[in-house]
Amino acid sequence: MIEALETLVFSLADDELLIGHRHAEWIGLGPILEEDIAFASIAQDETGHAQAYYQLLTDLGLRTPDEYAFRREAQAFRSAHLVELPNFDYDYGLALMRHFLYDAAEQVRLEALRRSSYDPLAGLAERLAREEKYHWMHARAWIQRLGRSTEEAHLRLQSALDQLFPYAWMLFEEMPYEAEMVEAGWLPPSAELRERWLTLIAPILTDAQLTWHEPTPEHLLALQGARRGVRSPYFDALYAEMTEVSASDPDAEW
Amino acid sequence: MASLDPRIARAEPELWNLPQRPLQPLEHWQTYEVFVMRTRGTHAQHVGSLHAPDPEMAMILAKEQYARRSQCVALWVVPTDAILWTNPEDEDLFLPATDKSYREPQGYLHTRERIEQYRDRLKPIQS
Repeated sequence: MIEALETLVFSLADDELLIGHRHAEWIGLGPILEEDIAFASIAQDETGHAQAYYQLLTDLGLRTPDEYAFRREAQAFRSAHLVELPNFDYDYGLALMRHFLYDAAEQVRLEALRRSSYDPLAGLAERLAREEKYHWMHARAWIQRLGRSTEEAHLRLQSALDQLFPYAWMLFEEMPYEAEMVEAGWLPPSAELRERWLTLIAPILTDAQLTWHEPTPEHLLALQGARRGVRSPYFDALYAEMTEVSASDPDAEW
Repeated sequence: MASLDPRIARAEPELWNLPQRPLQPLEHWQTYEVFVMRTRGTHAQHVGSLHAPDPEMAMILAKEQYARRSQCVALWVVPTDAILWTNPEDEDLFLPATDKSYREPQGYLHTRERIEQYRDRLKPIQS
């Protein structure tokens, strides 16, 4: 089962690590000081969550969180492509929409993992869910307001949603070993979690007068494989930047 | 209108349904004053202010602004313009015309001594 556990932990942890880094790229660039601080703080939380997930493997005598985060080969990552996407031209509408779609998924995932039959994971999910409550409040509050504010805000959110929705859909791509995980009671099937996620976001998006549609199979085909180790074209540059400092002295004590 | 009294309008996100007035183009966000309660049962203390488009957003932004570096069990936010304050230039209101130092804490400093002196004076009379 260790391969199954690694797959699950990497899927959860790598998502957190990379979205934490992408959010952190906004530090000093946020639209107003107050929001800059709040978003940076959320970024820091996500990075901390990644560390806590990796620690589940460390506790079994495997590698350390730092080794997983900064000294792992690209093929070993299981992150969804949603979190690997760059901030492109730094449109805060895009950043908020990714934050919203991702943290809604977090709500659903953690709610399910709190009931996991794998106790260390259930206990961790319980802890993380408390902090995630704020992320969800923050994301939802902005989407509710901006969706109904100016035409420009609405257009920017809609275009962000068009671009990100298929990627967000693939957060719930079936994982390798998923049948065993479900059988063992670790978590419900990804497809079921996706349905819960849609139920959570649909009324909020509708209220914000935003529209979306199920991605076409052809579109999804081009995005698949993240949980099996297929990396997006953006991963290498992201990982090179993320690991630059740590690679300069791998044995440094922080 | 829903009450903005922080003791009534608790920040239960599921219950939040405060009226929102859309901002006008180029309108500045107003400022809110933030109060932090460090432990249960203590007074909420003023810690600073921030900009926000509405009370709920003020609460959300205040959380990371003012409650991330130390313990906090509750936050209050109040629109700055809801607070009535005296003009700091006009200190007459607080200046006593006569000596009222007996009202100040040090006015009570020697109370115990005086009580004991009085008791001592009473002793010969009582015995």
